[in-house]
Amino acid sequence: MYAFDYHRPTTLKQAGNLAAKNAEAKLLAGGHTLLPTMKQRLASPPALIDLSGVAELSGIALKGRNLVIGAMTTHAEVAGSDLVKAALPGLAVLAGGIGDPHVRHRGTIGGSVANNDPSADYPAGLLALGATIVTTKRRIPASEFFTSLFSTALEEGEIITRIIVPTGAKFAYQKFRNPASRYAMVGVAVAKKGARVAVAVTGAGADGVFRWAEAEAALARRFTPKSLDGVALPDPKGLNGDIHASAEYRSHLIGVMARRAVLAASGK
Amino acid sequence: MPRVSMRVNGAQVSASVEPRTLLVQFLREHQRLTGTHVGCDTSQCGACVVHVNGKAIKSCTTLALSCEGAEVTTIEGLAAGHDLHPMQAAFRAHHGLQCGFCTPGMIMAAIDMVNRLGPDLSEETIRHELEGNICRCTGYHNIVKAIRAGAAAMGGMPLAAE
Amino acid sequence: MAATGIGARVERKEDFRFITGRGNYTDDINRPGQAYAYFLRSPHAHAAIRKIDTKRAAGMPGVLRILTGADIEADKVGGLICGWMIHSKDGSPMKAGAHPALAIGKVRYVGDHVAVVIAESLAEARDAAEAIVVDYAPLAPVVDLATATEKGQPAIHDAAPDNQVYDWHLGDKAAVDAAFRKAKHVTRLDLVNNRLVPNAMEPRAAVGDYNAGEDAFTLYTTSQNPHVARLVLSAFTGIAPEHKLRVIAPDVGGGFGSKIFIYAEETVCVWAAKKVGRPVKWVADRTEEFLAIAHGRDHLTHAEMAMDADGRILGLRVKTRANLGAYLSTFASSVPTYLYAPLLSGQYNIPAIYAEVEAVYTNTAPVDAYRGAGRPEATFVIERLVEVAAREMGQDPAQFRRKNFIRKFPHQTPVIMCYDAGDYDAAMKKALEAHDVKGFARRRRESGRRGMLRGLGYSAYIEACGIAPSAAVGSLGAGVGLWESAEVRVNPIGTVEVLTGSHSHGQGHETTFAQLVAGRLGIPIENVSIVHGDTDKVQMGMGTYGSRSGAVGMSAIVKALDKIEAKAKKVASFVLEASETDIDFRDGKFTVRGTDKSIDFPSVALQAYIAHKFTGQQLEPGLKEGAFYDPTNFTFPSGVHICEVEIDPATGVTRIDRWTAVDDFGVIINPMIVEGQVHGGIAQGIGQALLEGAVYDKTGQLVTASYMDYAMPRADDLPSFTVGHTVTPCPSNPLGIKGCGEAGAIAAPAAVINAITDALGHEEIAMPATPQAVWKAVRAVAARAAE
Repeated sequence: MYAFDYHRPTTLKQAGNLAAKNAEAKLLAGGHTLLPTMKQRLASPPALIDLSGVAELSGIALKGRNLVIGAMTTHAEVAGSDLVKAALPGLAVLAGGIGDPHVRHRGTIGGSVANNDPSADYPAGLLALGATIVTTKRRIPASEFFTSLFSTALEEGEIITRIIVPTGAKFAYQKFRNPASRYAMVGVAVAKKGARVAVAVTGAGADGVFRWAEAEAALARRFTPKSLDGVALPDPKGLNGDIHASAEYRSHLIGVMARRAVLAASGK
Repeated sequence: MPRVSMRVNGAQVSASVEPRTLLVQFLREHQRLTGTHVGCDTSQCGACVVHVNGKAIKSCTTLALSCEGAEVTTIEGLAAGHDLHPMQAAFRAHHGLQCGFCTPGMIMAAIDMVNRLGPDLSEETIRHELEGNICRCTGYHNIVKAIRAGAAAMGGMPLAAE
Repeated sequence: MAATGIGARVERKEDFRFITGRGNYTDDINRPGQAYAYFLRSPHAHAAIRKIDTKRAAGMPGVLRILTGADIEADKVGGLICGWMIHSKDGSPMKAGAHPALAIGKVRYVGDHVAVVIAESLAEARDAAEAIVVDYAPLAPVVDLATATEKGQPAIHDAAPDNQVYDWHLGDKAAVDAAFRKAKHVTRLDLVNNRLVPNAMEPRAAVGDYNAGEDAFTLYTTSQNPHVARLVLSAFTGIAPEHKLRVIAPDVGGGFGSKIFIYAEETVCVWAAKKVGRPVKWVADRTEEFLAIAHGRDHLTHAEMAMDADGRILGLRVKTRANLGAYLSTFASSVPTYLYAPLLSGQYNIPAIYAEVEAVYTNTAPVDAYRGAGRPEATFVIERLVEVAAREMGQDPAQFRRKNFIRKFPHQTPVIMCYDAGDYDAAMKKALEAHDVKGFARRRRESGRRGMLRGLGYSAYIEACGIAPSAAVGSLGAGVGLWESAEVRVNPIGTVEVLTGSHSHGQGHETTFAQLVAGRLGIPIENVSIVHGDTDKVQMGMGTYGSRSGAVGMSAIVKALDKIEAKAKKVASFVLEASETDIDFRDGKFTVRGTDKSIDFPSVALQAYIAHKFTGQQLEPGLKEGAFYDPTNFTFPSGVHICEVEIDPATGVTRIDRWTAVDDFGVIINPMIVEGQVHGGIAQGIGQALLEGAVYDKTGQLVTASYMDYAMPRADDLPSFTVGHTVTPCPSNPLGIKGCGEAGAIAAPAAVINAITDALGHEEIAMPATPQAVWKAVRAVAARAAE
């Protein structure tokens, strides 16, 4: 790593002030993407603002029909939360499948969302669920938040404070892990709430997480895996290809994972 | 240089460190606790797993300064002299190690597994839970056996031994 | 005593330090005043170095010294060597290009060593390395193994203008041609043996230390054979003569072959320690390991096997291209030749075999021995051939093998080896039962009902281990003898230290060797210490590889123990006042035959040192003996592995449902440790078959340079294994040991691929059989069916 200055605020206000003053500084949440990148000297922020001391950013609450998850809530906390397991069990399963147990003890929902790694799990889940990302400045719907690979609607100095996730949907996420990294090579989140069906895909899109409209339309008619038979798979031209999976294979896996997610969301 | 203080294996320690110091460097280089190892650069192999505030984490992907005030347990903190932690004893009894390099991380991960999931662990659960720990020697066969036995033995002892 | 002797499942003596975090690996060693080395590595696969500007870097904080190839030349530091001479068909010697520890004039692979920065801290060394300006003139890279020797390819070494290292052959071409003319059926296969990265969990490391007062060096290093390291560093690089160079290989976190070799980094650490007057420490990060450690395998093979109408094998013809990378590593040349082709007979009676091997340079990391080294490649060839031949001829693959098994020993193959003992049918029978092969058809139907494909594959392997008779390997080109040494030091109170030239880096020698000694001398195992890995303690040794430590290393201990017993009997004869020839030694006691006069071993040891009962003219005091053991033959471990897979055709995911191994390792010292070796070997073989593969892109960049892209087997990729044994003692060594360290890695790949191809009904699938590769095969089968 290159040298950097380090700040560890204890309140959101302090964090906000530090971020405002240090335009080039990076926020350190769980650090499981940022620190490896810095170790390989692929990133060299002059300062880190470590949010781990800001207690008000952690915690899970059920407010009305929404789950409100603090940005610094770890994957392990979401996975183990009785509130989440009761209100949106598929989200607990998603969180419990991120990385490995040690990573889940450090990695946070806010960090994952802010980083928008194209193979991260949360973006697909939150997009399918119609979540809202709340920052120190505003509320951003997930559909507007995830803009492209590793990029989001966040502006400089803006800090994610919490994620609001509507409950009440049938929801499941299924992923096909990259055999080496174990990140999602293809991950599909499916949510159905009333007439709304959302299918969000991670790991595959050349432009990051995306929604699969054809599948949504078919599933809106009837929410069963069979509905996807005959639905055109996402065009490989818009998908990633690498040594692990060609775009064609990814396209195929999206269909398989979507069917499995529909089955799981239906409680089967 | 900023100063960091934490409790490591029950002892209060403190040092001035560069901000870029990782917890594993703090443990190995400042505290000379060399049982915690580094086996990769990408937070995958798990040779560096220690417990921070009772939870298994990768010390190669954690800044020492982030652990200000934390309670840290390393592999060196498990046994009292020759009185081994049941998980350590199980790794020896079941030949759960060969070269020994991944072993500290494996044992720390295994204890964390029991802390979270209880002492009755199936083979499938153990294999799944070992996603963050790579071993090149054993083919995991005997590690799985050791963890099952170590977990059962931990079930017979008071929890929260740290 | 029975609880700790040969054959007992003794818990490992070395484990306490490892499970309590008190191991002592090279990176755990810190010398007073040590500085840190960071290597600037080539970003290009192939480039001329026009100029290296270190001026700005040299002035950066903490920098002590920057060294480049110019310093290597100025100090006349000799290049790294390849210690096995291979001659081509035409009698010409292999073309070995120079291999300086720091590049001189040219870089030849991504990761090649361009310069080293020695600084107060690693971070400062790395900062400065980034400030070194290297003016490269990039050259076209030669990356593709298949086309590396084609006309128009740039030469990687001047010594090898067409990039060919050698064009070697073995066997009788005319006899094979004749056999094929008689054949009623010929099976042909094109095979890829995928390139692997060894990935011991401990990255390589070195600490060089120079004592100016004594003009002597110490090197702490991650080595499987510290004496060989010292020999090479002394005799070839010329940094220090052997008596001024101590090499210590402390606890080593796995090797699998990759830590046999003498690399640039440790060479530089020793050399630089004197130049900067400070100890110099280097520890590889995982990326450096991927880039610059010696890789394994990487063959392209076309193989043909001729059968008569009944399916008896008449002849075998093999043509292989082997990638040796950019430089010849320490034993690289021997791997695709003498460690490969002599094993092509497998367990079968094959009257005629002819193998040709063309080894080539490419702009990739050097390739050398990795667990099994040549033998997994040979096994993959022969075991794929017999499986496919059986299928093509409509015969049961197990019965096809049994029909062709060698049944009389000794058996001289047409490719050098003389198999001394074995019972291949016994292992096959036991494996068929243990695996419940009879129940396979039912299990396959049950899988089918769930929409899954089930397949079963065999691998009946043989290996040549216990490497090796010195004269024999010398006649084949080896630069050294492959004996082993031992010294047994008995202390006055009867405790024993055994110094061995073998090196343990996971194999458990501290336990198994102690089992031998404790059992033989009748003393508690706690009273035996095994000392290894330090050239100042152990006089000489050849190290650990090729499953040789039991068969060769322990045999040397047996020879030394024979001498100890003989000397101790002499001592006892004086104490007991009896003739030496009347003294029996059993269960730790010397007894005068036919009397109740006896003395135990510790008391004899004490008497040997007190020396009151005999004069110096009658007997030398003390009890210490050494021995060198040179084997008379290779050993031939063999066995049958059966792999059963279930494939999800929707995703291409292969799950190994069950695995049965029945191995014949001869006499087993510690079944617990042997089983562990088998498990680990199988895991590496499964890794090769399903997960692992080093991939370079067209420009010579290593795409799989971290665990993000190189798939290591994890716990949930593997099943538990059913492991059993048959025993035919090895006749060529005193303990009857054959060796077990490589078996799993040798056997497994063919078993997995035979199972997958069985499940798919499709023979064309390359390793690693990733989900994507299997999915493509599923689609190919469906397309074929639709036609």
